[in-house]
Amino acid sequence: MIGRLIGGVPRRALAMLGVLLLALIVAPLIASDYLLTVLILILYFAYIGQAWNIMMGFAGQLSLGHALYVGLGAYAAAALYVHFSIGPWLGLIIALPIAALAGAFIGFLAFRFRVAGVYFAILTIAVAEFARVGFDHWAWTSGSSGLFLPVSQYSHNDIWLLRGHPVMFYYIILAASVLAFILCRALLQSRVGYFWLAIREDEEAARSSGIDTFHYKMVAVVTSAAMTSFAGVFYAFFYNNLFPEQVFHISRSIEIILGPIVGGVGTLFGPVLGAFVLTGLAETLTAALAAAGVDLPGAKQVFYGICLLLVIMALPDGIWPWLAKRIGLAERNK
Amino acid sequence: MSVLLTVDAVSKRFRGLVAVDRLSFEVPAGGIYAVIGPNGAGKTTLFNMIAGVFAPDSGTISFAGERIDGLPPDRICRRGIGRTFQIVRPFPALSVEDNVIVGALLHRHHVVDARAHAHAVLRRLDLYDKRAQRASSLTLPDRKRLEVARALATDPKLLLLDEVMAGLRPTETDRIVAILKELNRDTGLTILLIEHVMRAVMALAARILVLHHGGAIAQGTPETVVRDPAVVHSYLGVEDLS
Amino acid sequence: MPFDIYLNVAVGGLLTGLVYGLMALGLSVIFGVVRVVNFAHGEMMTIAMYIAVTLFSAFHLDPLLMLVPIAAVLFAFGYVLQAGLINAFITRPEHTQFLLLVALAIIIVNVLLILFGPDAQSVQTAYSFDSFQIGPLIVDATKTYAGIAAIVVAGALFLFFRSTRIGTAIRACADNYTGALVVGLDVKHLYALTFGLGAACVGGAGVMLVLIVDVTPSLGPAYTLLAFVIVITGGLGSMPGALIGGVLIGLTEAMAGLLFTPSAKSMFAFAILVLVLLFRPQGIMGKRTAS
Repeated sequence: MIGRLIGGVPRRALAMLGVLLLALIVAPLIASDYLLTVLILILYFAYIGQAWNIMMGFAGQLSLGHALYVGLGAYAAAALYVHFSIGPWLGLIIALPIAALAGAFIGFLAFRFRVAGVYFAILTIAVAEFARVGFDHWAWTSGSSGLFLPVSQYSHNDIWLLRGHPVMFYYIILAASVLAFILCRALLQSRVGYFWLAIREDEEAARSSGIDTFHYKMVAVVTSAAMTSFAGVFYAFFYNNLFPEQVFHISRSIEIILGPIVGGVGTLFGPVLGAFVLTGLAETLTAALAAAGVDLPGAKQVFYGICLLLVIMALPDGIWPWLAKRIGLAERNK
Repeated sequence: MSVLLTVDAVSKRFRGLVAVDRLSFEVPAGGIYAVIGPNGAGKTTLFNMIAGVFAPDSGTISFAGERIDGLPPDRICRRGIGRTFQIVRPFPALSVEDNVIVGALLHRHHVVDARAHAHAVLRRLDLYDKRAQRASSLTLPDRKRLEVARALATDPKLLLLDEVMAGLRPTETDRIVAILKELNRDTGLTILLIEHVMRAVMALAARILVLHHGGAIAQGTPETVVRDPAVVHSYLGVEDLS
Repeated sequence: MPFDIYLNVAVGGLLTGLVYGLMALGLSVIFGVVRVVNFAHGEMMTIAMYIAVTLFSAFHLDPLLMLVPIAAVLFAFGYVLQAGLINAFITRPEHTQFLLLVALAIIIVNVLLILFGPDAQSVQTAYSFDSFQIGPLIVDATKTYAGIAAIVVAGALFLFFRSTRIGTAIRACADNYTGALVVGLDVKHLYALTFGLGAACVGGAGVMLVLIVDVTPSLGPAYTLLAFVIVITGGLGSMPGALIGGVLIGLTEAMAGLLFTPSAKSMFAFAILVLVLLFRPQGIMGKRTAS
C-alpha cells in the first residue's frame, strides 16, 4: 500500500517532504509560544484547505460556504460537551454525520436541480448565512452571546477531553494534516479520484464515458464536508468560545479557500504551501505592524485580498505548479 | 446476423423545427454502418438520442434487445455504447493515458487493471508513445484518436463516431479507417459513424443511411446509395467530367 | 396588530425595496451585458455611502443633492475597473472572474474598515425624522424621497438603453458579442461603459440608502448577497425583473422584521434564494438562456 502511495513520486520530492515533516515534528521543541500558535493556525488551514480542495480541486465544485461545516462540527461537539460532558472524540462521531448530512443536502439540492458554477457558489454562501443567522437565534447553543467551553488551568494534557497545552493541539493538527495529505493522495490515485478529475474537466464528456456524475459529486461534497467538521471540533476545543457571527461568517469561508487558490487548486501540495505562505506572511505582517505600534484592524484581510488578486492575475494555477516546474517536481494532473 | 441497435419511428423536434422525422433503421451486430447527409439533416440529433443526451419525442430505440430511449448518457455507456463528439472533448488537463484510464475504469475497479487495458487501447490507436502528454497539447487528429481511445476503453459493443475524420489529411484518414477496420474484424465491434468524408465512408461502411431534413431518403449498400438519384440530387452531386 | 401598522411597514418596505431594486439593477446590467458576476457590488455601494456620509459631516451637503456627483465618481471607478482590470479576464473561466471580484470585495471592505472604523455612521438631514401622512398611512420622508429618486434613476436608465445609440450598441453587445465585434463596435469600451453605468446605479442607490440605514463596512458583503438574491429572484439580465425583485425582497424583509425578529429577516431572503434557484432559476422575469 505504501508502495502505491509513493510510486511514481520523484525521490527528491519524497526527501523534501520528509525534511518538512521532520522540521514540523521537532518545531515545538524550539519554537516560542507565539510561533507555536502561528504554526497551529498554518496547519489548521492546511488541513481545511485540503478538505476544500477535494470538492473544488478534484471534483470542480466551487464552495464558498465551507465555514458551514466548520461551524456545524464546532457547535455539535461543543454543545455536547457543555450540556452532556461528552468528550470531543465522541462528539466528533456525532459531528461528522451532521456535517456530512448538510453537505449531502446542499449537494442534492444543487446537483438534482442542475445548480452549477457560480450559482452553486452562491447557494453555498446562502446556506452558510442561513446557518449563521439561525444559530444566532438558537438558545440551546447560547445564540449570539456565544457558547463557552469550561476551561481549567492545565496541569497535564488530557487528549481525551482535548484540554491542555498548545503543544498537544499542535501535534493533533499536525497528525490530521498529514493524514489528510495521505488521504488526498490515495483518493487521487483511486477510481473515485479519476472520476472526480473527469467530472472537473468536462462533466458531459464524463457522463458519456459512463460516469454517474451525480453520485460522484455527492461523494466529493460529503467527504469534504465530513473532513472539514473535524477542523470545527478542533477549533471549538482550542479556542473554547464560539460565536455564530464569527464561526459561520463568509470571511471564514473565504479564508478557507485562499490557501488552496494561492497554493494551487487541484494539486496535492498546493493547499499546504498556500497555508504556509499566506498565514505565515499574514502573521508576519500583523507582528510587524504591532511592533511598529500600528493597530490596523482589517490590514490582514487587505493583505489576503491583495494576495488573491495577484495570484489570480499572475499565477492563476497557483504558486505550487509554477514552483514545482522550477524545481523539477511537476505533479501529474496538476 | 443479429440486430444490435434498432431505431423505430423516432422523431425529435426543437420548438418549430423537426430535426428527426419518424426515422427507422437497424444496425446488425458486427457491422459498420454509416449515416450521411447534408448539414442540418439530423445526424447529430440522432446520435444524441441514441447516446442519451436527450430523449426522442416519439418512437423507440432498442439496444441488444432492451429499450434505451430516455436513459441518461452514463447508463447508456454502461450498457455498451461508446461515443465521440463532433467537437472533440478530451479531458484537457489530464494526460493521454489518464484520459483513457477514465474510460477503462468503467468496467474495472482497480486502477492497475485499467491502466493495463488503457495501454492496450492506446497501442491500437498509435497513441502509446504520447501517453504522458497532456491532452490539451495534442494536435487535432491526435485528440480525435484520443476520444476514440477513451470510448473504446469502456468496452463498448457499439461505437458511435461523430465526424471523426473531419479536418484530417488523407493519410491520417486512411490510418483511422485501417484502425477501425482492424477493430471491427478482430473484436466484432459494431460501428455507427456520421461522416462527410466520402473516402472514409466508401472504405468502411457495409451499409449507408442517407438523411435529409430528418428523414431517410436512401438506405443500402454503398454502391446503390451513391447512385441513388435522390441522394445525388440532395447531397453528393455528380462528377462533371466535361 | 392593527391594520395600519402592517400597511405602514409594507409601504416602507416597498419604498426601501425600490432602492434595493436600483442597486440590483446595476448588478443586472453588468451581468446582462458583460457577463461578469460582480461580487464586489455591495462593496462599491458602500464606497458611495461613505462618500455621502463624509461629504455630509464635513460640508453638510445633502446626500440627495450629491446624488449625481457621487454616481459620477462611481461611474468613473467602474469604468476604470472594467477597462483596466476585468476586461483582461473576459475569456477566463467563470470562477476565475468571480474570485477576482471576491478579492476586490475583500480589499474594499477592509480598506474602508481601516479608513472609517467599524462603528456605524449615519446621515441626519433636516428631514430625517419627518413623515408624510396620507389617510391611515404614515410614510417616512427619507424613504419617500429615496423611493422616488430610485424610480427616476431607473427610468432614466431604461430610456438610455431604449432610445440612445450607445444604449442600443450596448444591448447589441449583450445579445451577440461576436456580432457586435463584426459590425465594428468597440466592445471593450462598451463593456467598460456598462460597468460604469452599473456602478453609477449602485452608487446612486447607496446615496439613497444612506438616508435610511446606518453605514458600516460590513454592509458591503450583506448588500452584495442581497443584490444577488434580488437579481436571481427577479431574473438575471432582466431590468424590470431587478426592480420587481427588489420590491419583493424589500416587502418580505419588512414584513418578516415585523412578524418575526428583525435580525432574522435575512434568513427569509436566503430562503427565497434557495427556492428560486431550485424551482425557477431563471427568476420571475428571466428567460431561460444558455449561460
